[in-house]
Amino acid sequence: MRIRTSHIVMNVALAVIAIATLTPALWMVSASFMAPGEASGSPPPLIPRTPTLEHYVALGERLHMGRYFLNSLIIASVVTLVSLFINSMAGFAFAKYAFRGRDRLFRVLLSAMVIPAQVTMLPLFLMLKTMGFVNTYAGAVIPGLASIFGIFLIRQFVRSIPDSFLEAARMDGASDFKIYRSVILPLCRPILMTLALFTFMGTWNDFMWPLIIMNDEARYTLPVALANLMGEHVLDLELMMAGSVVTIIPVVILFLSFQRHYVRGIMVGGIKE
Amino acid sequence: MRPAPGHRRSQTAAAWLFLAPALTAIGIFFAIPVLGALVLSFTDFDIYALADLGMVRFVGMENYLRILDTPLFWTALKNTFYFVLVGGPLSVAVSLGTALMLNSKLSRFKTLFRTIYFLPVVTSLVAVAVVWRYLYHPADGLLNHLLSWFGIGMIDWLGDPTYAMPAIILMAVWKNFGYNMLIFIAGLQNIPDDLYEAAHLDGAGWWRQFVDITLPMLAPTTVFVVMITVIGYFQLFAEPYVMTQGGPLYATTSVVLLMYEQGFRWWNMGHAAAIAFILFAIILIFTLAQIALQRRTGQ
Repeated sequence: MRIRTSHIVMNVALAVIAIATLTPALWMVSASFMAPGEASGSPPPLIPRTPTLEHYVALGERLHMGRYFLNSLIIASVVTLVSLFINSMAGFAFAKYAFRGRDRLFRVLLSAMVIPAQVTMLPLFLMLKTMGFVNTYAGAVIPGLASIFGIFLIRQFVRSIPDSFLEAARMDGASDFKIYRSVILPLCRPILMTLALFTFMGTWNDFMWPLIIMNDEARYTLPVALANLMGEHVLDLELMMAGSVVTIIPVVILFLSFQRHYVRGIMVGGIKE
Repeated sequence: MRPAPGHRRSQTAAAWLFLAPALTAIGIFFAIPVLGALVLSFTDFDIYALADLGMVRFVGMENYLRILDTPLFWTALKNTFYFVLVGGPLSVAVSLGTALMLNSKLSRFKTLFRTIYFLPVVTSLVAVAVVWRYLYHPADGLLNHLLSWFGIGMIDWLGDPTYAMPAIILMAVWKNFGYNMLIFIAGLQNIPDDLYEAAHLDGAGWWRQFVDITLPMLAPTTVFVVMITVIGYFQLFAEPYVMTQGGPLYATTSVVLLMYEQGFRWWNMGHAAAIAFILFAIILIFTLAQIALQRRTGQ
């Protein structure tokens, strides 16, 4: 009898937390379909009286949200592709080559992770300004080219690949790059998938760096555009909710489609070396 | 079989070739800027220097001394510590609590709940801050409306200096707890079941099992979680930038927000670089303390 009560208490508690977690998101979606001013009624309505798409239309037609969406997509995709290539090569080298100074170099990189990115932002901005990269996609992409966390994740995974696989390929006369391309990369598919998701979502959601490097409105990413929009349209609650939906939905869909991969990355990354 | 010396040398060359792109990128776009920031922090680099580099002068420790003499810096530091020391433990506690609940034999629909709890983590912080800004609206916001059912009067969440930081903390915990929850779940799953069975046979209740088995076995995970949480929370920026602009009465001005405004709004880059280094020093001290603690508690 006691078991049954504790079952119910536990699951009701879990459900209450789930509702609390979902409420802000559901309210955001619902309010984005309300007529102007409707969401500020008292008491605040939960469901739109007559759902309208007008805010989404306004975002697309007047407020260039399509443009920002494209900027975000381009920057996040390029960072993901390039950094995956660069990090996987470095992770492979750390995992499978015994060269002098390897362990020390790896330790130095790991300790560098404690340096907050904000420290680099001022000189990096000045540097990229001199190179003419302010307001360019290149400027937004550059800090994400290589990531120490990504190298770490790949290294952990590649270490679990038996050396005999590499030896066999080497016997067949495969070059080092051939081994990387046709043995390591295919075997690394799951971890590459994980890292790709992390990188894409991280870059998509990044705010401070694009805010600094993109001054020209035409180059804004979605989060920067949304923060900027807030300044002019703070009274247009429903419009701002629609803008938030547009910013959030792509990554939520990505996450729900590939959450298995995403979750593994956190579990692997979280395990103590 | 020992590899031939020639083989060994070509292996080393291959390794460095694989490392070259990553090390070049990290060197140019991370290591050099870190050193650059250190140099910058000892100069008077400002908006005039931006136009003409000849205007830059070395000023020694002047930036640091001036910052330590600025009341607003101390306010920002106090606010940041408030966020880290209240928000951090709260966030870790909620993560641990939900992880324990999801790991319990009593719970059902574990995957569904886990997914729901995790959803806020993947969302854009800016979008979330926009949404919560409206949820916190004193007259029309959903939160005050819900609270009114319990007889709690109207709170001006973001407009009252007393409530602004708690409001930001509440939102941050909501957004972040799912991440650490997953790490805790992984840690819980690594605890062997027979430990609990043995304790159960000895007649230990769930509280004794939690204190004697779960907490000690989870210690390494907890240290890791606290470390990444503290490092992340010290970098508070987007929440006040979007929700309060550091107000009201500077109650939510964080160190990074101050650095951003000094550096990229007023172009006092030498001054801002010094702020960034002070933040780095604080994070470093916290991290080293964590590691020392880990050495002492761990094996």
